[in-house]
Amino acid sequence: MKKMVCAVGRMCAVFGLFIGLSSVARSELVIEITRGAVKPIPIAVVPFGWSEATPPAADVAAVVRWDLASSGRFESLPPENMLERPSSGVGIDFDNWRMVAADYVLVGEMSRQGSEYTLQYQLFDVYGGRQIIADRLIMQERDLRRAGHRVADAVFEAITGVAGVFSTQIAYISVSGRDANRTFQLIVADADGNNEFVLLESRQPIMSPAWSPDGRQLAYVSFEDGSAAVYAQTLRTGRRQKVSGRPGVNNAPAWSPDGRQLALTLSDADGNLDVYVRNIADGKLTRLTKRRSIDTEPAWAADGKSVYFTSDRGGAPQIYRVSARGGDVERVTFEGRYNARPRISADGRLLSMVHDDRGSFRVAVQDLQSGTLQVLSNGFLDESQSFAPNSSQLIYATRRDGRGVLETVSVDGLISGRVKSVGNDVREPVWSPFRR
Amino acid sequence: MNMHKTALIISLAAFALAGCPSSGGPLDSDTGGSVIDDTSGSDGSGTSGVDGSTIRSGGFTDSDAGDTTADSLIIYFEYDKSEVSAQYVDILAGHARRLAADSTQRLRLEGHADERGSREYNIGLGERRAQAVRRLLLIQGASAAQISTVSYGEERPAAFGSTESDYEKNRRVEMSYRR
Repeated sequence: MKKMVCAVGRMCAVFGLFIGLSSVARSELVIEITRGAVKPIPIAVVPFGWSEATPPAADVAAVVRWDLASSGRFESLPPENMLERPSSGVGIDFDNWRMVAADYVLVGEMSRQGSEYTLQYQLFDVYGGRQIIADRLIMQERDLRRAGHRVADAVFEAITGVAGVFSTQIAYISVSGRDANRTFQLIVADADGNNEFVLLESRQPIMSPAWSPDGRQLAYVSFEDGSAAVYAQTLRTGRRQKVSGRPGVNNAPAWSPDGRQLALTLSDADGNLDVYVRNIADGKLTRLTKRRSIDTEPAWAADGKSVYFTSDRGGAPQIYRVSARGGDVERVTFEGRYNARPRISADGRLLSMVHDDRGSFRVAVQDLQSGTLQVLSNGFLDESQSFAPNSSQLIYATRRDGRGVLETVSVDGLISGRVKSVGNDVREPVWSPFRR
Repeated sequence: MNMHKTALIISLAAFALAGCPSSGGPLDSDTGGSVIDDTSGSDGSGTSGVDGSTIRSGGFTDSDAGDTTADSLIIYFEYDKSEVSAQYVDILAGHARRLAADSTQRLRLEGHADERGSREYNIGLGERRAQAVRRLLLIQGASAAQISTVSYGEERPAAFGSTESDYEKNRRVEMSYRR
């Protein structure tokens, strides 16, 4: 049996279980746009000014350039095509940027005092010849990449009107090995695939990761004791607690938008699955569904007042809705014979689901106002979709060449990306909320 | 696998009532049973997995049940279904007798699903399958305290591919005795 080492974690070794935080040398995920916007916005991110002889530990301008291009909505001008390389607005000759057809130009100057770095940057609209953003960020060396994501978020929002998600994180499950050597890992990485760390490693299945609304904890299901239990783990410390370990099914955790309640699926003595809401402060359970059907996969409405869930009470899985306090159940999906795993966008406008599209399982969204359903993905086994916190795209799991991989798609279906991963089966991606 | 499929189809009528304890009756002992010989260990993922060729028909009779050495057994299901096929009725009757005869015997039922559909819904399907087997054992004399269930949904496949034949091997309940 493989020997495990505990870094921050508490218990380990016996079950091949590892809890805590450990950085991974590899970077498992790399996002690559497979279909971008028809007319991506051309932007020039000029290499940032820096007065020292040795360059800083991370090329922050390159991070910004890469982030913007990875969204599929921008086209970054390669630095070698730039006619000038100003580091502040004073040095810009807009004609030089009109000539290379850049709509926007971002300039910045980095400096260091001791261990503290400062970045002053400005964004300009080339055709209007006017400044759109001017800001200053102060950071430690280890946060240089993070600063790049912050700048990219600000630029993305200023130009598109939609908040950027470059500073967010993705949690996912990675599975390696087969049979007796199968190892499950719960991993958290930056949205660009960097800074991966392993929260939990086990020989038994780990599934259904769910972010707390403040982004500080992940709830998940682990079978490490030979049966399913729901745990909540704090990212920063690696500490965790068992939230629900009743006999039978303890699955599908989902935090309420205010973080005070956890919806989950429990089974009774006869193995009947129902959706419950657990009050986190006192552990009090409210049962939301009562039928002898599979009722599972709770997802909170954006306002926290109701809970969507999957049920086969009508013969095949469809999505239903019930008040978070219980009561009458209302069916929400009607198109197709299989609709499961509801997820609601943070803006409350869209319901996403796994939809049986002529024999293939695909990610679809339903406009909650109009009821219109749109299929967004094109695989045969697409699942585990998760909205980005800006409600503008989804990440989901699919299979390519017999392996689990992740893909992204914009909610209008126009922009799609593949998350390149090395070796392992990756699945169940969940997009973090915005950092508060 | 043809025999397997045919039996599954026959089974539905016979066992649509499996969930109904009061019915008790439709256990037709004339139905040919089949045994899935799995000696690879209780976690079901020990060796190269179960393949169609390990299914032998008619190999389990009442007289075998008393001193069976088959400590584990796999029961297969149809897509999105949890009815126990008629071909397993005799086998389960034998296991129920074994449990009834020795109250120290403990049986663990692990329900599984194929990879199609969402993961959490498949946990529901796996649980429902394990419960269908459990109910049959209870009807025939096993006691509730002897049987534990767990659903792994699609998380622990026996076959790793994405073909119909892989899926058939993954829609299953694995039974294993624990002492």
